[in-house]
Amino acid sequence: MPEESYRVEALDLADGGVELRLAGDLVLERADALRRSLTQAAAAGTLTRLDLSGVRSLDGAAAAILAEACLAAEASGPRPALVGAPKKAALLLELTAQRPPRPPVHGALPDASLLRTIGQTTSKLGEIGRSVLTYLGCLAHSTRAVFSQPRSVHWVDVPRLAERAGADGAPIVLLIALLIGVITAYQAATQMHQLGADAYVPDLVALSITRELGPLITAIVVAGRSGAAIAAELGTMRVSEEIDALETLRLDPLRFLVLPRVIALTLMLPLLTLLAEAVAIGGGLVITTAELELTPGVYLRSTRDALDTWDVAGGGIKAVVFGALIALISCERGLATRGGAEGVGRSTTAAVVASLFSLIAADAVFTLLYSRLGI
Amino acid sequence: MIRIEDLSIGYDGRPLMEHLEFQVAPSEVFLILGGSGCGKSTLMKTMIGLLRPLAGRVAIGERPLAEDGPPPFGVLFQSGALFGSMSLAQNVALPLQKWTDLAPDTIESLVRWKLRLVGLDGFEHHLPAELSGGMRKRAGIARALALESPLLFLDEPSAGLDPRSAADLDELILTLNESLGVTIVIVTHELSSIFAVGGSCILLDREARGIIARGDPRALREESDDERVTGFFRRRSTAKPDERTPS
Ligand SMILES: Nc1ncnc2c1ncn2[C@@H]1O[C@H](COP(=O)(O)OP(=O)(O)OP(=O)(O)O)[C@@H](O)[C@H]1O
Ligand SMILES: [Mg+2]
Repeated sequence: MPEESYRVEALDLADGGVELRLAGDLVLERADALRRSLTQAAAAGTLTRLDLSGVRSLDGAAAAILAEACLAAEASGPRPALVGAPKKAALLLELTAQRPPRPPVHGALPDASLLRTIGQTTSKLGEIGRSVLTYLGCLAHSTRAVFSQPRSVHWVDVPRLAERAGADGAPIVLLIALLIGVITAYQAATQMHQLGADAYVPDLVALSITRELGPLITAIVVAGRSGAAIAAELGTMRVSEEIDALETLRLDPLRFLVLPRVIALTLMLPLLTLLAEAVAIGGGLVITTAELELTPGVYLRSTRDALDTWDVAGGGIKAVVFGALIALISCERGLATRGGAEGVGRSTTAAVVASLFSLIAADAVFTLLYSRLGI
Repeated sequence: MIRIEDLSIGYDGRPLMEHLEFQVAPSEVFLILGGSGCGKSTLMKTMIGLLRPLAGRVAIGERPLAEDGPPPFGVLFQSGALFGSMSLAQNVALPLQKWTDLAPDTIESLVRWKLRLVGLDGFEHHLPAELSGGMRKRAGIARALALESPLLFLDEPSAGLDPRSAADLDELILTLNESLGVTIVIVTHELSSIFAVGGSCILLDREARGIIARGDPRALREESDDERVTGFFRRRSTAKPDERTPS
């Protein structure tokens, strides 16, 4: 029975000290009990002797607890004598007690309280701003190398990256685009029908898809897919010292890793966007012809009349900028990763959040700009 | 304690080692030796059940290992494999928190002494990323020891350590073995550790795809007449002179 295989007995010695007789199995499971009896005995008087002659087995945990008790007793008096320990156990006790643990080199990390987090974040803002500026500066410098030293850019990666961001992402982007087209057309059809303005549904769908929804929805999906992948990949490379290894090979991570990704995404996002817009308009066509008395031919004709080159080109320009933003932000977050696996998770989240925010912000700027320019 | 029967190991159906047969006796220090890349870590991972054998059997103890409950052995991975988001103390305390009912302050004190055993006392609040490679290794050992398992698997415990820390570690291993009867399986190619720790060994060879020598390493060094074996133990290059300088 495990309960019975551990016994402890305290004896008051003639000289005022306390002797503790321990017997049975002193093992990890009984570390608590052992520790408690030792503290009790120490509280009752000076612990002068530990008699271990009844001990059958003693493991590393028990050795640590005994060594700790001896150390505590030593602070206020002589070191308690350990007697009668079985020969094998004595070896381990000796090794454990040889030198006591030293105090921590630095304290435990403080708990993250809300106020502290706010304070730290605020004080870090300047730092973040500086590091973003440094990143952009270095990147501008590296971009020059595209022309002056084209060989220093890792071009061979570009097709693979473009395929992963573009072709591999196409199914989900197109599926979402189709649904967006359907939803837009359905909403437009119900509202316009009440006004008797059925003929304007194709215009509404075409314009809102090409000018706003197409580029934005595509970019959001790509930010979630490829942006997260980029940040996680570069983050893992950072924490496993691969980035350091690149640098020791005199390969600039910006040219080797960042530029190929920026190029791949700026190429792919406009293409994906165009495809998505076509599919969304197709979705709109299906719904509109089903719900309203419009033939597909009429729908397509009014779509063509509603759109001018700048509607599509304006969306395309947005897509180029969105692609660059996603790649730049995700790479920056990935390269800035600190710590281990947890750090990779944090920078992936940060990359997606920052990308989404910047997409919406950039879209607002575009809307303002286009309306000023009368596009 | 451990019985390996006709074991083939490797990845994706491609064998690295075939028809391995050996046994690890209870309370033995058992060394798995061999050149870099020959499959020592793979063998260890197969023994602890992380990799599925391509063929053959690994038996640990008398009965099949329980699927749940506390881990039946402590393991040190070659990379240390510490949890990066936890401090050293938390890394070592984790198995104790999960598998024992000990009070938090008892665990804290056990962790401190465990870290002391591997010479890392004072670093309990450091994160793994703030440690050197050798320190991570030693922290991994402390974690492997936390549950006082009767069986330990250590993948290159002394790689990356200075001679003194390595000697301390050898002493710790020997003490654990002598005083607690812990069975310890060590993957290593540190000659000084091999001869300090002794015990029995198997020497793996990539070309032979199997064990080319077994027994007491000291005896093997002195008595083996196999060129590959003596070469390993006496640090001799296996490349013949004419291979090294092509003419
Ligand atoms: N996950 C894996 N998938 C496929 N092959 C692997 C994998 N891990 C290792 N290998 C291959 O298995 C072989 C043996 O690797 P292993 O890590 O077991 O070597 P080792 O003997 O421990 O070497 P070292 O002393 O350098 O640690 C190597 O040739 C390696 O290429
Ligand atoms: Mg290995």
